[in-house]
Amino acid sequence: MKRRDFVGLTGLATGALFLPSFPSLGNTVDPLRLLEPGLDVAQKKRLADVGLNAAKSAGASYADVRIGRYLNQSIFTREKQVQGISSTESFGCGIRVIANGTWGFASTNNVTDAGIAKAAQLAVQIAKANSKVQKEKVQLAPQRGYGEVSWKAPIQTNAFEVPIKDKVDLLLGVNAKALDLGVSFVNSILSQVNEQKYFASTDGSYIDQDIHRIYPSFGVTAIDRASGKFRSRQALSSPVGMGYEYLTPKAADKVAGPTGSDIIGYKNSYDMLEDVAAAAKQVKQKLTAKSVVPGKYDLVLDPHHLGLTIHESVGHPLELDRVLGYEANYAGTSFATLEWKAKGIPYGSKQVNIVADKVTPGTLGAVGYDDEGVKTKRWDLIKEGRLVDYEKIRDQAHMVGQKESDGCCYSQSWQDVQFQRMPNVSLQPGKDRLSVDELVSKVDKGIYIAGNGSFSIDQQRYNFQFGGQVFYAIEKGKITEMLEDVAYQANTQEFWNSCAATCDERDFRFFGAFNDGKGQPSQSSAVSHGSATTRFNGVNVINTARKLG
Amino acid sequence: MAILSKDEAQTILKKVLSFSTADECDATLSGNVGGNVRSARNSISTAGASDNTSLAVESRFGRRAGTATCNEFDDATLRRCVQRAEEIARLAPESPEYMPLLGPQQYLDGSRSYVAATAGITPDYRAAQIGASMALCDQRKLSSAAFLDDSHGFVAKRNSKGLEAYQQVSNVTFSVTVRTPDGTGSGYASGDYVDAAKMDAARFTKIAADKASSSVKARAIEPGKYTVILEPNALLSNVDTSLLGALMGSLDARNADEGRSFLSKKGGGNNKGEKLFDERVTIYSDPLNPEISDLTFSGDGRPQQRTTWIEKGVVKNLYSSRFWARKAGIPDLPRPNGWIMEGGTQSTADLIKGTAKGILVTRLWYIRPVDPQTLLFTGLTRDGTFYIENGQIKFPVKNFRFNESPVIMLNNLEAIGKPVRLNGNLVPPLKIRDFTFTSLSDAV
Repeated sequence: MKRRDFVGLTGLATGALFLPSFPSLGNTVDPLRLLEPGLDVAQKKRLADVGLNAAKSAGASYADVRIGRYLNQSIFTREKQVQGISSTESFGCGIRVIANGTWGFASTNNVTDAGIAKAAQLAVQIAKANSKVQKEKVQLAPQRGYGEVSWKAPIQTNAFEVPIKDKVDLLLGVNAKALDLGVSFVNSILSQVNEQKYFASTDGSYIDQDIHRIYPSFGVTAIDRASGKFRSRQALSSPVGMGYEYLTPKAADKVAGPTGSDIIGYKNSYDMLEDVAAAAKQVKQKLTAKSVVPGKYDLVLDPHHLGLTIHESVGHPLELDRVLGYEANYAGTSFATLEWKAKGIPYGSKQVNIVADKVTPGTLGAVGYDDEGVKTKRWDLIKEGRLVDYEKIRDQAHMVGQKESDGCCYSQSWQDVQFQRMPNVSLQPGKDRLSVDELVSKVDKGIYIAGNGSFSIDQQRYNFQFGGQVFYAIEKGKITEMLEDVAYQANTQEFWNSCAATCDERDFRFFGAFNDGKGQPSQSSAVSHGSATTRFNGVNVINTARKLG
Repeated sequence: MAILSKDEAQTILKKVLSFSTADECDATLSGNVGGNVRSARNSISTAGASDNTSLAVESRFGRRAGTATCNEFDDATLRRCVQRAEEIARLAPESPEYMPLLGPQQYLDGSRSYVAATAGITPDYRAAQIGASMALCDQRKLSSAAFLDDSHGFVAKRNSKGLEAYQQVSNVTFSVTVRTPDGTGSGYASGDYVDAAKMDAARFTKIAADKASSSVKARAIEPGKYTVILEPNALLSNVDTSLLGALMGSLDARNADEGRSFLSKKGGGNNKGEKLFDERVTIYSDPLNPEISDLTFSGDGRPQQRTTWIEKGVVKNLYSSRFWARKAGIPDLPRPNGWIMEGGTQSTADLIKGTAKGILVTRLWYIRPVDPQTLLFTGLTRDGTFYIENGQIKFPVKNFRFNESPVIMLNNLEAIGKPVRLNGNLVPPLKIRDFTFTSLSDAV
């Protein structure tokens, strides 16, 4: 742990005496405070103008002010007990400026005229100091001001308004079911986020937004004490951009996996009790499942698994900051360079149509405007296997000869500078009618993988290795038995070019990444990835079992 | 406001406790001032500054606990903060893992965890450091991306049982990735110090630049089992999971006792006292070590002492929560902040000289657990991978994916080099036989 992290965590560590470790998200508060309104829009506009004017007076040619109130609540349980309930509020203001063609940024939790003006002046001072060693001056894509506008996530039930007791009862009910069904250990968690963001810029935008996210999850562990073997199975839920309505199961949102697999996928609502019952059964089967024989297999990947593969092998390599080298010292660069794109080398097979979006309701990426005041949209990344575009923000568009941002700018809080982040990136469902059973019926020797497990990919996004939660052998078109110790290794281009078929829209659903890390200092963002169950031919599968001693 | 002296901080904390009506009350005050600058393509990309001071108050009624925080310190705000913590505590469920607050503790004296020079860093200092790094790459027609991050702060604690603690800390970190303009070579280096006067970004940039220049035209060699020399950056990281970090992060007593750790024993219990690694493996922690001085108390107020975790290959101690230590009847040891792996006197260059055939690994990346049962991890080499023959680096090689367990790795130990400071730890380069590379990567 870095020294600064320790300092940052120390305050929370006291309050988290009974909690597992988790990142500091803000000041711990009474849960009821999360229902109190923040500053009204008129107050925020007045304060934002103080920041914009102070920045301009200090010499900024551009400035934006973000006044943010970030609410988080997480409930942690294990077996029969509540480990902790964390309710936090983080409120403050971040000011980004351009002075002498160079970015500067400073933040403060002193949201007063004096505090904001001081932060604006510091941001300009930083920009001017750095401009002395600056070579590439910042160029922003033109952006008209929208005036005073607002956007709210279309939720039905604000999760913060649901009594904590109801949430605790749900989680302890999940745990009780797992224990009844014989698991050795169970943890469950419910995380909720509300970002109340106000953005103002010298372009003339004053944007007020209200964003919600929720993530229920659990993990069950089965232990065979005699052999010392243990296995776990994580929830097949996804974090979503919804309210508490996600936790009211609806039959229409349930999608069965292939016959013989015992897998149920979830669309716009999640049945946590049903999933934990399946998990309890599967985790015990995992203890005695056959260890996979390594070799080439046709893989049938369910959307909860494939979402992470899309995230790592398409979403990240098409982030333009990586492509241009801005992430070289941390997250890495990309094989999909501008030169590579110009050559027209197929990214994938003709089946592969991948779309970016920041607008699909209920997804983690959905917002009205990004964190530099750009209205969000949907656009093509890969069409019939060919790379057609990247994910970009205002200061990058000119580098690829474009005049418009894609609206991908995001900051995890008021105290971090906004930068380019991944939008929702989704594989489009097949146009022809194709069910999961029909897809599996054509596979002679394959493996069906549900849920995401271990994942690793190189810094240019060529070579990856993925595991999963549950694996089933497919022989002559049918699921036959559960497998264990499965991971597949592939090259991004080879993998997407081996994409043979994808099910139709009846099977399409979103997977979510709740804490995607990037940047220095590292920031977290949340993003969704949609797909239907998809087949990839001839992928290299390894056996991950080892022996110690 | 961010940095308070011991007296200033304890005065506030005493006032906080005087407002308490709870059975027990614990207050922690911490402050941090920091700044950073980031470059890419030999030019500044982003920069920022932060300044935070925060008070956390935990109130307890019996087994119920509640916490509230604030970042203003006038009497009215402090009183409200304590009242809010007490309101939350009254509403909280009882914790079956309740432990009474600690009483007065004896903390080690003499930790040099703070240096004023680091607290004095300005935007101009950061620009000068990163400017020197970029200038070196300009001269050598190489492209760099770098990050300089500094912070200084304090932590003060006080509780109703008489515990009192205060310490200041400071840190500056620099990392740089240098690439050749054609993208066929890449090198990395990083360094961190308590004292900013020791920071020389250009020195680290030269190391990364040399690796970048010498790693072009890498050859593909077959994956398989190889003798490797893992440089410290390939063993511990502050930005990603690492093999040595993951191993030490697994020395938790509860997980081991519950049967879900590589340290769990068949039939129950854990492997403490067992020899699990090569006898040359000794790893300890020491908050007073002059190279990596650190906080002498943990977040819950337990003293950080010099503690041996692995001695001559034998697991000597496991850390745990206070609750689990009492339940299991084991020493009450908090997880330390930094690790020290004992080593010899050989540099990485010396280890190379003594290697007939092998691979030098600068850095491992995107390391993720594959099987917690065996602590199997996968990941890739990055930013400088070279083939060694007859004691010399012969040519750069393409990057590999590995699948390996640090437990197996520390049994296949050939040689240990001289430890160096890295991310607040002391880590030697290691020479390991039969390290398992499972595929090639085209990434540079």
